[in-house]
Amino acid sequence: MDKKIAVYICTGCGIGESLDVDQLSTLATSECKASVCRNHASLCSPEGAQIIKDDIANEGVNALIIAACSQRVMYDVFDFEGTILDRVNLREQVVWTHPAKDEDTQMMAEDYLRMSGARMQAMLPPEPYKPEQEMSTDILVVGGGITGMTAALQAAKAGYNAVLVEQEAELGGFQKNVSKNVVFPFKDVQANEIETLAAFVKSNDKIKVLTGSKVEKLSGGPCVFNATIKQNGSTSDHRIGAVVLAAGWKPYDPEKLDKRLGYGASPNVVTNVQFEERAKSGKITRPSDDRALKTVAFIQCAGQRDPQHLPYCSSICCFTALKQAIQVKQQDPKTNVFVFYQEMRTPGQGEDFFRKAQSEGVIFVRAQAPEVLASGSKVAVEAYDELLGDKILLDDVDMVVLATGMVPATAFGEDYKAKKETDETEKKSELVASVDSIFVSDILNLEYRQGPELPELKNGFPDSHFICFPYESRRTGIYPAGPVRRPMGVSNAMEDATGAVMKAIQCVELTSKGLAVHPRAGDASYPEFFMQRCTQCKRCTEECPFGAINEDEKGNPLPQPTRCRRCGVCMGACPERIISFKNYSVAMIGDMIKSINVPEEYDEKPRILVFCCENDAYPTLDMAGLRRMNFNAWVRIIPLRCLGSLNLVWIADSLSKGIDGIMLLGCRHGDNYQCHFIKGSELANIRLSKVKETLDRLALESDRVRFEEVSITDYAKVPAMLDEFAEKLAEIGANPYKGF
Amino acid sequence: MVDVETQSILVVGGGMTGLTAAIEAAEAGREVYLVEKNPYLGGRVAQMHQYFPKLCPPYCGLEINFRRIKNSGRIHVFTMAQVEYVSGRKGAWDARIKIEPRYVNEKCTACGKCAEVCTSEIDNPFNYGMDKIKAAYLPHDMAFPLRYMLDPSLAKSAEGQTVKDACQYGAIELDMQPKTVELKVGAVVWATGWLPYNAKRLDTLGFGAYPNVITNVMMERLAAANGPTKGKILRPSDGKAPQTVAFVQCAGSRDENHLPFCSSVCCMASMKQATYVREQYPDARIYIFFIDIRAMDRLESFYADLKKDANVTFFKGKVAKIEQDAATENLVLRVEDTTAGSLNMINVDLAVLATGMQPNTSVYHQPTFAERDDYGFIAAQEVTPGFFAAGCCRTPNSVSESVQDGTAAALKAIQSVVRR
Repeated sequence: MDKKIAVYICTGCGIGESLDVDQLSTLATSECKASVCRNHASLCSPEGAQIIKDDIANEGVNALIIAACSQRVMYDVFDFEGTILDRVNLREQVVWTHPAKDEDTQMMAEDYLRMSGARMQAMLPPEPYKPEQEMSTDILVVGGGITGMTAALQAAKAGYNAVLVEQEAELGGFQKNVSKNVVFPFKDVQANEIETLAAFVKSNDKIKVLTGSKVEKLSGGPCVFNATIKQNGSTSDHRIGAVVLAAGWKPYDPEKLDKRLGYGASPNVVTNVQFEERAKSGKITRPSDDRALKTVAFIQCAGQRDPQHLPYCSSICCFTALKQAIQVKQQDPKTNVFVFYQEMRTPGQGEDFFRKAQSEGVIFVRAQAPEVLASGSKVAVEAYDELLGDKILLDDVDMVVLATGMVPATAFGEDYKAKKETDETEKKSELVASVDSIFVSDILNLEYRQGPELPELKNGFPDSHFICFPYESRRTGIYPAGPVRRPMGVSNAMEDATGAVMKAIQCVELTSKGLAVHPRAGDASYPEFFMQRCTQCKRCTEECPFGAINEDEKGNPLPQPTRCRRCGVCMGACPERIISFKNYSVAMIGDMIKSINVPEEYDEKPRILVFCCENDAYPTLDMAGLRRMNFNAWVRIIPLRCLGSLNLVWIADSLSKGIDGIMLLGCRHGDNYQCHFIKGSELANIRLSKVKETLDRLALESDRVRFEEVSITDYAKVPAMLDEFAEKLAEIGANPYKGF
Repeated sequence: MVDVETQSILVVGGGMTGLTAAIEAAEAGREVYLVEKNPYLGGRVAQMHQYFPKLCPPYCGLEINFRRIKNSGRIHVFTMAQVEYVSGRKGAWDARIKIEPRYVNEKCTACGKCAEVCTSEIDNPFNYGMDKIKAAYLPHDMAFPLRYMLDPSLAKSAEGQTVKDACQYGAIELDMQPKTVELKVGAVVWATGWLPYNAKRLDTLGFGAYPNVITNVMMERLAAANGPTKGKILRPSDGKAPQTVAFVQCAGSRDENHLPFCSSVCCMASMKQATYVREQYPDARIYIFFIDIRAMDRLESFYADLKKDANVTFFKGKVAKIEQDAATENLVLRVEDTTAGSLNMINVDLAVLATGMQPNTSVYHQPTFAERDDYGFIAAQEVTPGFFAAGCCRTPNSVSESVQDGTAAALKAIQSVVRR
């Protein structure tokens, strides 16, 4: 691209009153090599924008530097087709946060313009990635239970082909063994319609149903997945666009339960799952001798909400117990039915169902630790009734039903990392980020360097940002749905399947245009590897938070661009700087750093470089501007796609340039991480600690570099953070490399 | 030929559910109209300090969602707008949108000059009236779209002209009138959310009569850095730090006389707010009065952790009455302890009512054809072909469930306009 650079400086919103704009214009035409430079009192007005449009049409400018407000605002005004654009944030982060007509404020504005000029020189328009292989938009659904069947059907209804893989001989999953259901809005028990759903699925010509089958191998990435599916001893290959993981759950093993619950001590102590089997076969009777039931006791939270067993609540067991209790009552109203519960959990309109059970005559006993006394066919329940404030003994119970919980199918199998560490004698990388747990559960069998299944977040559930973006797993184009993602009931699972298919469709639509998916949806850039200089250090393949890079046997990275989220963590990891995006690269940021005018030591104008996360820390700084808060004027801010894209060479560049201090502003990491790219801020912090060691060795104070966690609403705190760092640097004194 | 007009999707409500539905559909290539009643997007979560269980700021996720809107270029946002009328059938809906005057047009740069010169003040709606704000104002710091507005009282007053003259960009239009926009769309997602149940109706609990009885949504603002107390949790009566705080669960919810359903999130919300108090006042004592603690799935561990806190007492029992000590304005809670069967009197400095979620569909008459359940929810995903209800106007949801619901609704909407 032949760049013709134009610089536009807005003088509105206080910029004109604060800065010497003429001097900025001179700098634009000299250092930024702008062929056109114009000012306007309100660049975002229709007249202002028209000036730019006219220059594009008449002067042929195509590389635009707009020095005005933050890139986060007026994005719709400053959007000109066929050009590349860089925004210089003179408003929020210069004139709104620093004194007007001040030498330091002016120097700051000039540096930002220089940095933009450097960026513009290095920037190229991204070209969307097109794989060589033919792309598919078909959706692979793994699991033929209610979630998987719904997913396949919803995909088909939206016009996409689906391949549905079910390991059992018949579709239906757990629900095919369930006699009756309760679904939203939870008024009454009703017939289970799983057979109808299965019939719909089987008769839909957009759905290829493969029962008695499993995914033996899944390789590639979105739109170019290759799924090897084994069915009845033979295998077939399928080109796939995206995947919905609906592998479901398994009941918690009742053999592991606390002995006080009596499981195994009497045939009349069963689980809620075994209850379904009995109910499905017809009449619900006493297990030991098929006699009619006189008294039934349901015991909730059997091995749930218990750190010794399942620490979480399975969400649906209260509903299940209510449903089963009502079934027993409806079979024979004379049967005494007791539910021993710790906490009744029927949220939303589910409360109606709780009342329904009460009106059917089910008796509820609030008790924290009921005990089942069982021997042979004789069973009793002893509990401390919190409402009565007394111990009760329920004798001659015909059947006790234990509410065991849901374990996601992804929680089974050995831990891949642990296995790998024992298998391989290879030295562990010196960079130690938190270890991902991946259980070898034999569901997806991904041919990924980082492991064969989805990484778990907690308790074996494979999600990541479960509050804001619940469908995001850490493997691009693979969306978990149903109880494999979170314990849930039938209604919720069907809805979840629909949502996951939405994400899968979005993934194939964006990927087939060469664009990124969440959270940089629509980004056309992607990382390119200059392989001649690769040293096979494997950092990129190990650190990619999304497992997007495979490896050949020599240790060369094999990037899979359709799996990439464009965060740049690989770029930050690479010591050889061989990974670049067209519009974002190590050299580009390096040039920006080099463009900063660092005054000599005797000028007493130190410089602080701030690398900040553009998603959270950068908006925080904008907000500080909006509130007209003041912060230190030695600061120069460079936003990064993710702090994880921080390459250590920039620290070296900065220090050798004479910059006195470097601060990283990133998101919270650890258990409750907020990093949109999972591990970016954690990795940046680890890299920085390595630098600190080096600095100490070179007798260059390690306090010159600092990492701070900042959340997006910390704008009241950030200015003080920067000021305090500046004071600390003043104590340390100037960078001894200054002027060299 | 493809008729573009009937393939577009109307999403009503710009809270978590509607925002999600709009963005998910747009990222799959659809044109979307997003109608929001407030002057900003984000709905109720925009007013939350932190999310449970991660205790992270909602704006972290909202910022990403706003950027997705910017990048998609396919979402037409109407703020201060309501759907006055909608009718039609799958693939062909007519909707009339009424847009209230903001008195500030799209030329606004958010420079803030209007607020600078403005002297008149109004109760700050973003902080539930707990503080004052200039009558020319930005709805809140992180508002999207980032645009000021004038209170109608200012626009009609003599000061309006002064404020208008202060704007260098011609952004203020004092004579701005309500506007009506007619839209033809292929599918509709109704996601109008909820409102906090009116705590004044809980006449024994003293809200409105005693200043130190507040609601859970007010507590969110008290804890937020951009709230009325700059993030310090202080007693409204005297601005003192509370030493004992009571959380009164099911204030209206699970109550046949008020909201017979469970509002799903209040247990977690109160436990989360207990951590706000604990963080600010390490010695403060906290009581949580509850019927059942509903901490579903992984949220259980948040409950388990809080139970370990010696300063937090979980008290199974219903608060029957709150009275005030006139001299100190401290509160006396009369609590029936269902466990021991006794009656307790507990003194606290501040009481937070966990008021429930009332669906907006129970108070707003549109759409007339959508049947409400006994509580005012549109309790169906597909109301009629091509018209879908999602989020808290369908059922009380947490944030994560709202996202789930909004995502599913986006697909349903797309299906109903596909290949038309």
